[in-house]
Amino acid sequence: MIPDVSQDNGLATYNFAYLDEQTKRMIRRAILKAIAIPGYQVPFASREMPMPYGWGTGGVQVTAAILGPDDVLKVIDQGADDTTNAVSIRAFFQKVANVAVTTRTVDATIIQTRHRIPEEKLSAGQVLVYQVPIPEPLRFLEPRETETRKMHALEEYGLMHVKLYEDIARNGHIATTYAYPVKVHRRYVMDPSPTPKFDNPKMHMSPALQLFGAGREKRIYAVPPFTDVVSLDFEDHPFAIQHFDKPCALCGADHVYLDEVILDDKGGRMFVCSDTDYCEDRRAHGHAGEMLAKEAAE
Amino acid sequence: MTDAPLLRVHNVSKFYGSRIGCRDVSFDLWPGEVLAVVGESGSGKSTLLNCLSTRLLPTTGSIEYHMRDGKYRDLYRMSEAERRFLMRTDWGFVHQNPADGLRMTVSAGANVGERLMAVGGRHYGNIRSTATDWLGRVEIGADRIDDQPRAFSGGMRQRLQIARNLVTGPRLVFMDEPTGGLDVSVQARLLDLVRNLVNDLGLSAIIVTHDLAVARLLSHRMMVMKDGLVIEQGLTDRVLDDPRQPYTQLLVSSILQV
Repeated sequence: MIPDVSQDNGLATYNFAYLDEQTKRMIRRAILKAIAIPGYQVPFASREMPMPYGWGTGGVQVTAAILGPDDVLKVIDQGADDTTNAVSIRAFFQKVANVAVTTRTVDATIIQTRHRIPEEKLSAGQVLVYQVPIPEPLRFLEPRETETRKMHALEEYGLMHVKLYEDIARNGHIATTYAYPVKVHRRYVMDPSPTPKFDNPKMHMSPALQLFGAGREKRIYAVPPFTDVVSLDFEDHPFAIQHFDKPCALCGADHVYLDEVILDDKGGRMFVCSDTDYCEDRRAHGHAGEMLAKEAAE
Repeated sequence: MTDAPLLRVHNVSKFYGSRIGCRDVSFDLWPGEVLAVVGESGSGKSTLLNCLSTRLLPTTGSIEYHMRDGKYRDLYRMSEAERRFLMRTDWGFVHQNPADGLRMTVSAGANVGERLMAVGGRHYGNIRSTATDWLGRVEIGADRIDDQPRAFSGGMRQRLQIARNLVTGPRLVFMDEPTGGLDVSVQARLLDLVRNLVNDLGLSAIIVTHDLAVARLLSHRMMVMKDGLVIEQGLTDRVLDDPRQPYTQLLVSSILQV
């Protein structure tokens, strides 16, 4: 039980973590239900938040509901701690909850994320909160909510493979690279939000709790720790994650997800870790990629 | 033909409030038999078809289907999951407007393959070769397999819809005005195709139509409906050549002779 926090100095102030206690209670109930039924989308009474839809209102509400005064919060957007969205959400919780914040994955107890799962292996006790734009994996093939709910209830997931079939028919391989559908606990098909499929294997049997909040669509779902998460595929076109030709240009890390950075208008580019904290940590420990080595030589 | 009917319909009625959709319809459908339901607009033939195909809950009556395990099951006593499973494996439904029965935004191959994937097909190569085979059987070129139905003509769409329904080897197909909206030469080709498929596969079919020519060409038996009631039923040739009810006589005599 998270204790209520009073910051009574005689002035009217925000309730701890912005939301009022009844709202947090409602969201916590939805979260508990979501954890009890892995992958099932639980409807909840999403509130207006002081930021536009699409900026992570779902994730912010989930974070607000689970945040306690002793928590350490990390917020990432596209793997980076220093982008607008990440900075403003972090500042928001510093202001309304006065919690400690960090950019270091290992120190954080709650990590709110928009696109990535950190490269650093998560541990038990950590909670990963995803901001989800469209929670329904079947949505683009079946526009009717009544019908998609029925399909989930009756476990009719043939349609999901129609999408993958289309990919192969058009591109020769499964071209879905993000929001790649997964089956959770051998039951519900779930959209892992717009994370690259590179991160899908990290969801499988993760020791951390994973919570998904969609503010506009008013849905919460969850993957409890140590849950089976399998990416859908065909027998003759098995699931495979992205591979990069070169290691990170700054820290030389292999087997991580890289972002392309354009350097000039003459076609110069480099590929660097999308997880900024991981990259900095490696550089601090003396790892240097191609780009850094070149600079050092000059 | 075996000695047990595939579908046993007993006293099916559907009321929309005080108005009658269809009333006290009873018949047996035998394996391999094609039954045509004819009548004017508003005579209740579509209501009846929807009741039979579990798309509309009838007010009274019972509809029993001869399952593959040899037992009769009342359609409306099954669970919804069983009904939907039956609909996408053992049954087919061909809509008048192909856009209602097809997924217009996915390719022809995926349209045909959807039912295979729905029953657990997880091998892309096998699904694709089955789809190619079925497109050939409904006279759609293999080079069109990756085109969306939006790029197809009306007749091709209708043939694609038929392939999509028949791919799982159903035993019973419902057709709602399958030739409506097609021009006469395309109609003729489609009818020819349906007749051959029904013969080859030994399908049973219930075809709703207002076109007596369709009934004559495809069906073994027909029912004439008026104001929600079945007023006459019998072998197709008998009903068309020797109509007994005044309304049927009117219907038959109003066919244009060219």
